[in-house]
Amino acid sequence: MIELVDIKKSFGDTEVLKGISATFNKGETSLIIGKSGAGKSVLLKCMVGLFEPTGGEILYNDRKFRDLDDEHKRELRTEIGMLFQGNALFDSMTVEENIKFPLDMFSDMSESEKMDRVNFCLDRVNLVDTNDKFPSEISGGMQKRVGIARAIVMKPKYLFCDEPNSGLDPQTSMVIDDLIKEITQEYDITTVINTHDMNSVTSIGDYVLFLHDGLKNWEGNRHEIFTTDNQEVTDFIFASEFLKKVRKQYKED
Amino acid sequence: MKLLEDFGEYLIMLRDMIAVPAKYSMYYKETVRQINQIGIGSLIIISIVSIFIGAVTAVQFGYQITATQMPIPMTFIGYVVRETMILELAPTISCLLLAGKVGSNIATELGTMRNSEQIDALEIMGVNTTSYLVAPKVVAGVFIIPFLVIISAALGIFGGLLAGLASQMVTYHEYVDGITGNFDEYGTWIMLLKAAVFGFLITSIASYQGFYVKGGSIEIGNASTRAVVNSCIAILLSDYLIAALLL
Repeated sequence: MIELVDIKKSFGDTEVLKGISATFNKGETSLIIGKSGAGKSVLLKCMVGLFEPTGGEILYNDRKFRDLDDEHKRELRTEIGMLFQGNALFDSMTVEENIKFPLDMFSDMSESEKMDRVNFCLDRVNLVDTNDKFPSEISGGMQKRVGIARAIVMKPKYLFCDEPNSGLDPQTSMVIDDLIKEITQEYDITTVINTHDMNSVTSIGDYVLFLHDGLKNWEGNRHEIFTTDNQEVTDFIFASEFLKKVRKQYKED
Repeated sequence: MKLLEDFGEYLIMLRDMIAVPAKYSMYYKETVRQINQIGIGSLIIISIVSIFIGAVTAVQFGYQITATQMPIPMTFIGYVVRETMILELAPTISCLLLAGKVGSNIATELGTMRNSEQIDALEIMGVNTTSYLVAPKVVAGVFIIPFLVIISAALGIFGGLLAGLASQMVTYHEYVDGITGNFDEYGTWIMLLKAAVFGFLITSIASYQGFYVKGGSIEIGNASTRAVVNSCIAILLSDYLIAALLL
């Protein structure tokens, strides 16, 4: 479980996060949504330790991130997996080397154990015959899968995904969403996804946090989002005529 | 003020670079990769440039002896080529060349890694990025660049012989007498010291420029240019300091 307590973050005089509190539970896919500039990416970067919050606390299973010394922070980071918007795969390494990298760096496994784990992860994300390919030689959807495989190779307790569907076609987006959902439930991990994709919200959002102007504006789940009367949420989620009709239909049913 | 801030940030990077590696084998592997990239990757260009520098030095000194009509023996061509190659041309010209080739390469590599969130990915994994990405480059530079400079000096002296023979200004024996006479090994130590210092400056300055890059492809290009310019200035400044203090 990850708890955010009154998280604030400023850059100079600009206050991006104005005090956000939320709880992300184990075994659930939690989504952070909001307009561009609402503070989603900054919040995610604060959570993974790339930015230091100006105020507030982040607790990983009751461990205050701020209070951890360097060694314990490093230890906690080995429990974190992250899928980046641009995948952030190491372009000088093959797919296999990319996934094996965290094991090489932090585990005491033998070479054959590492290879077993790498092949298991590749198999889990349905990637075959890609071990020796470089990231530039595979499609965007496959790169996402490699990113997921690398994120789960160390058996993380926390998985963060920054815009996992950006640049993907709708069908591949659904496959990636389903994969993240399956992995979250299968390994009982705490997954936090930063997304703009409304299909993701309505299909895998066990918990949805809506940010507006640096503040928590609404929270709920994928079912409640159809029935909420919060104007900012409905304007944002059901922006298109098609989605407005879907919502109307859902409410009537 | 900006200059002082940058210098402070550079010193902090050097401090952070010194850390106990999470896995020695990974750092060793990365250092070997860098040695290969910096050393083997620069061998051809260094060899070509060095042969021509030695050749030009021999021809120009031979021309000056002839033009001044002073009674200077032609063995001096070999002596002058050896001394200038060892003391100045091999370490300084080679390293200015390496500042362009290796410096821009390092700055672009790290800048692209920063830009494509690869450095963030390493940090989230718990990797000490300064130590893992910068230290192997600096160690590789300090280790391999002196070898490149030795090769440069040797090929420069060989280039001088070829040019001397081709222009018939000097015989083989005169040239060999010149390069073997009055040899003081202190100059060679100065050359190696310069090479190690320049190697440190090239790799660390380029790493700094690439590691802290902010922005997109234009900014990466600018960082690469700054890496080359700043390395060249640092090389020339330290060249003067070493010469003034140790010669």
